[in-house]
Amino acid sequence: MELSFTQGRWNYESWGGFDPISSSNAKPPGVELWAVFDVPQHHIDASWKNLTHTLSGLFCASINFLQSTATYSTPEWSFPPASGNVRYGTLPCEAVCTENQTPWLKLLPCRDKAGIALLLDRPSLYRGFYHSQQLHLTSTGSSSEGIDSGIILEQTLTVVLQPNSEMAIEVHASEKHIQPSWSLSSIFGKQVSGICVLAKSSSVYLLLDRGLVAELKFPNKENGKSAANGLTSENFWSNPSFELSANPDRIFLEESSSHSKSLSILYMFQVEKYSESEPFDIGLMWKVPVAWLCQQTPLHASRFLMGSGNERAAIAISLKSTQFTEGFMSANSKDGSCELRVAVFQVVPWYVKVYFHSLRVFVDQQPRAVSDIIEKIHVSPSKDKMSPGVMEVVLKLPCRVNTAALTIEFDKGFLRIDEYTSDANQGFDIPSAIISFPNFHASMVFLEDDSLNKSPEKCPVMSYTEVLLVPLTTPDFSMPYNVITITCTVFALYFGSLLNVLQRRVAEEERFLKAKAAKKTGRLPLLLSKLSAKLRGRRLEPLHSPPSSSSFINSKLVLKVILVAGLAVGWQYFSS
Amino acid sequence: MAETKEKSLSDEKPKPRVRPIVRLGIFLISHSFHVSVVCCTAGVLALFLLPVLAKNTYISENALMPGSASPMLSNQHVSDGNRLVKDLTNPNSKFSETGIESHKIIAQYMLDLGAEVSFHKFHPQMNQFHPLHFFSSPDSGKIQENYSCSSYGINTVGIIRAPRGDGKEAIVLVTPYNALKSGFGEALSLGIAYSVFSLLTQVTWLAKDIIWLVADSQYGEYAAVAAWLREYQTPKFSSLITPNAEMCPDVNNLFELKGHSISGSKFSNSFRRAGTMAAALVLKVRDQNEQFEDTISIYAEASNGQMPNLDLINVVNYLAVHRQGLRVNVEKLWSLLNSSWLKSLGEIFESLAKVAKSLYPKWKFGIPATEYVEGTATLASSLYYQALGVPTGPHGAFRDYQVDAITLEISPKFSLDKVWRNDILLRGGRLIEGVIRSVNNLLEKFHQSFFLYLLTSPSKFVSVGVYMIAFALLIAPLPMVAASLYVDANSSSNCSKGDSSTPSAITDTDEHSIAIRSWRWLNSAKLVFIVHLWGAIVSLLPYFISQIPDCSPTTSFMIWVLLSILSLLTLNSVLASPLACAKATQEKEWALVKSVTISSVFIGLGLMSVINFATAEIGALLMVPMCLLAQPLKLDVRAGTLRSFCRMICNLVLGHIAFPPAAFFLLKGMLEGFGNANVGDFWMWVESLWAWNSATYLFIGMVQLPCWVLCISILFHTC
Repeated sequence: MELSFTQGRWNYESWGGFDPISSSNAKPPGVELWAVFDVPQHHIDASWKNLTHTLSGLFCASINFLQSTATYSTPEWSFPPASGNVRYGTLPCEAVCTENQTPWLKLLPCRDKAGIALLLDRPSLYRGFYHSQQLHLTSTGSSSEGIDSGIILEQTLTVVLQPNSEMAIEVHASEKHIQPSWSLSSIFGKQVSGICVLAKSSSVYLLLDRGLVAELKFPNKENGKSAANGLTSENFWSNPSFELSANPDRIFLEESSSHSKSLSILYMFQVEKYSESEPFDIGLMWKVPVAWLCQQTPLHASRFLMGSGNERAAIAISLKSTQFTEGFMSANSKDGSCELRVAVFQVVPWYVKVYFHSLRVFVDQQPRAVSDIIEKIHVSPSKDKMSPGVMEVVLKLPCRVNTAALTIEFDKGFLRIDEYTSDANQGFDIPSAIISFPNFHASMVFLEDDSLNKSPEKCPVMSYTEVLLVPLTTPDFSMPYNVITITCTVFALYFGSLLNVLQRRVAEEERFLKAKAAKKTGRLPLLLSKLSAKLRGRRLEPLHSPPSSSSFINSKLVLKVILVAGLAVGWQYFSS
Repeated sequence: MAETKEKSLSDEKPKPRVRPIVRLGIFLISHSFHVSVVCCTAGVLALFLLPVLAKNTYISENALMPGSASPMLSNQHVSDGNRLVKDLTNPNSKFSETGIESHKIIAQYMLDLGAEVSFHKFHPQMNQFHPLHFFSSPDSGKIQENYSCSSYGINTVGIIRAPRGDGKEAIVLVTPYNALKSGFGEALSLGIAYSVFSLLTQVTWLAKDIIWLVADSQYGEYAAVAAWLREYQTPKFSSLITPNAEMCPDVNNLFELKGHSISGSKFSNSFRRAGTMAAALVLKVRDQNEQFEDTISIYAEASNGQMPNLDLINVVNYLAVHRQGLRVNVEKLWSLLNSSWLKSLGEIFESLAKVAKSLYPKWKFGIPATEYVEGTATLASSLYYQALGVPTGPHGAFRDYQVDAITLEISPKFSLDKVWRNDILLRGGRLIEGVIRSVNNLLEKFHQSFFLYLLTSPSKFVSVGVYMIAFALLIAPLPMVAASLYVDANSSSNCSKGDSSTPSAITDTDEHSIAIRSWRWLNSAKLVFIVHLWGAIVSLLPYFISQIPDCSPTTSFMIWVLLSILSLLTLNSVLASPLACAKATQEKEWALVKSVTISSVFIGLGLMSVINFATAEIGALLMVPMCLLAQPLKLDVRAGTLRSFCRMICNLVLGHIAFPPAAFFLLKGMLEGFGNANVGDFWMWVESLWAWNSATYLFIGMVQLPCWVLCISILFHTC
């Protein structure tokens, strides 16, 4: 099971998308939850409901909204982290705050009172560009083995911070770009003064990205050579271009990877050595301006909405090759026919009625037949108010592809008034699509001399696209009131006239009318009062119309009325 | 009223009572003349009362909170902006013919701020008349013709991603800029935008992405913005001419810049997007200004009289007036400001209001006469531009995609010293910052305030509920008159047989003749239908005429007129004449024609009021009196009384005014003077209308022109 709370977007272009950090820790904004169930098929939904409620209570978040079948989906095979009885749900508009972080911290043995967790200063964490906290639970060992069975809890916090931003502005102004130097204390405003007593080991790793290492070393040829010879630690941490404020305890070098020429370097600092009197604080001082690019996913994916208006629109996923691809594509393509496989997993809520037949694929700006490009497709259409639509596609693209685009049209559905959210006029979210590259695996294997061996975990390269906002037609929310008013009026009129008709006797009425005609004069005062009442009600029109359009009796009447009204007006005017 | 009177009538001889609503209807129809006079007068009066009835604007959406935060734009940002202005207006730097260098400068500045930058190359799309494309949403499916390499524009787009936002929404800031012949004003507007942009890269409150579009306005501001929006909203994935376009030498030259840029270089050749657009601001600075105050003009009218949400205008108005001390203007018809009759009308209203107030102190509807005159001028221009259906600025392109947008034009009092420039940069920048911050606060899209309104001043508006009254009063008599004419025509033929004139008397005449008589209106309906068909043909003709190469406006106008007359004659001879001749002997045939005409006009006006209210209002002002008064001249001449003489004069005058070209020239003459009137102008005007897909064009072609022809035919009817 994995639960992540994320605020902000992972910037795949500048923060990379190929290394394990970005592949496994970059998450879509909001809440994402998936879980694999080891229970019989018909119990899965019940246990999912149970799980969402538990987590919701635990993390003070509205994860319980994921319990209804319309919000979660069951990916068949394209969801990379797991397969089998998976349930997957996201809440893109969930706001992540400290109230979600506190329960997360409570799961740590020393909370944020000691150890490295001391660094987690809320203001500085939430000031950053990106903030994602994850909870990863895996149960190890089947019950048959008995002894080893247990649950491993993995808590990850991924933060992207900008070191001392005030400095950065000045640097901008002077047109010479030296990366701002940083240290833990300057970023977090705190220092680690000791370890948590319960922790077995606590260490801080500093990873120099492959691209950065390449930039640093290639100017210096002999350094690059010595890297192959297994160089001493001195050469690394006193690099001519930067300086570390503390000596690393250990340096790891990445095992030669197939994808890239350069290797990344990992520094390890053990916090155990430091104490209250000598707080742990590493910093990095840049001496020379260095520019490097992080390794990118083979294709950069972006998703956007097309069309306008309230009726129809289309979702487009565009894939663009990054320069990085070129390098190792050629290595991969020994024979001419090389293929790049891209898996797309897209969940759409039911009120976005996707027409799967309108799926169109463009490769290098040429429309292609869907069957040529798509290797495997699985579609489960949405059911109104029941389940979301799921599309899982594996695309088979030529390696030399520059751009590829996938468009699919949809209709915007109408919702019942109670299905609109409280801020319905903002629009509705379509959760991120997951783009994964089954051919590639983001793994970093480090050369090590002792036990600290990271088993080469094969985690596929995946990236999330943007969350989309679909403006749906919203009713005027004061409409129920109007409808009630109108309905009541109509009912009143209907029943009034019905009763009128029921109780009326025509013959009697005629007799009554005749009797009335005999003593007509008695009606004059009545008419007068009626007229005057009407005249007060409507001012403009009747004043003109009666004299021109009435019979003799009425003109007399109206003259009287006008006289009285004029008298009243004059009285008012002169008395004030 | 009516009920009581009917009752008193029916009291005389008791008979089965007719239902009240029917009685009311019969009463209104039988007094249609008086009713129509009263209603029309009231309608016109209500129109002139609108400035008095205008309400003060208020900010309806609480989340906007304009001006609640103190502006953060400091002198640092202003000097940044100043730097850009200096670089752009630097006379030493040599710009090539395409002006790519200045785009490069702008892009470099954006990159230095850490924004994502991309260029958008577009070919200006000529507005073309597509008869079937009215009201259809803009589509990307148009086949692009082969453009030459030389004619393309470059939009520079910079995007700031909100650091903690989720990237679902974006705010667009547009500054039109013509690299080839940029005035100082354009550079200044770029400076303002840049200073705001540089502030926004640092602020922490940003929740929506900011897009800064420097629209290349060498092919018109609208075209550039529309091209960018088309690419943004409805991109084409398949393009056949791409290799061709990339071969153009300049393009590669353009894209090779920024080799040396900073780490995480965010420049890309591809088109960049942010989320759904929440609002857009177009910023311009006017070059010359003779006013003594710094003013800011708001242009809001988009195509077919669509307006942005009133809240957007309110926010700008509030911030400009109460925070930055700028004067806010909306467009006025200046010629109306000096008209004396308007002034006297205003004085009348003022004195009336005084009397009313003295009668009852709570009646406070009066406004000073000068304010009334200004309000009327603004209202008139608001009506005029909405009726025209042509957007008043680049913001119109956004409205086509349901994005609220306005154009702000700052016209500073002109002087050249540096202090003044800094002041304009600071105040303009703070205004933009405030508006962006307000829109940024919005959780939902603009929906609280009005979309249908007319402005009478920047801070006063007339909402749809009020201005509908004037229109409703104007067109209310139409169905009544039509009904009464129909009843009259049916019964008057019986008059010769000596029957009474009430409808009930028809019952004892011959069944067969009734059947024939009651279907007689079909003849007139056919005539009306033919004329409307002709109207449709006439409105299609310009499409073919515009295909003729090398045609001056005057000649094409002449061709148009000739073809129209020809088609009318043809249609008349082919379809109408045989039956018309047979029925011409019948008396009162004109009454039936008039009745059907009036009903068709009523339907047309009603439909148009839904599409573009202002057009319908102006059309109603012209057509309703003409339709109601139309009567054969022969009858009037025969009668020879003073009343019929007056009617004849009115008819003749209205017959001239309501002819669309005549109305156009009259309006133009009133606004600009008759000196430079040219026959070709009308053609140009019509061309601009159909180029902008304005529904007004359809209205003129298919409602007003047929109505005019029918009225003229009634006037010259032989009876």
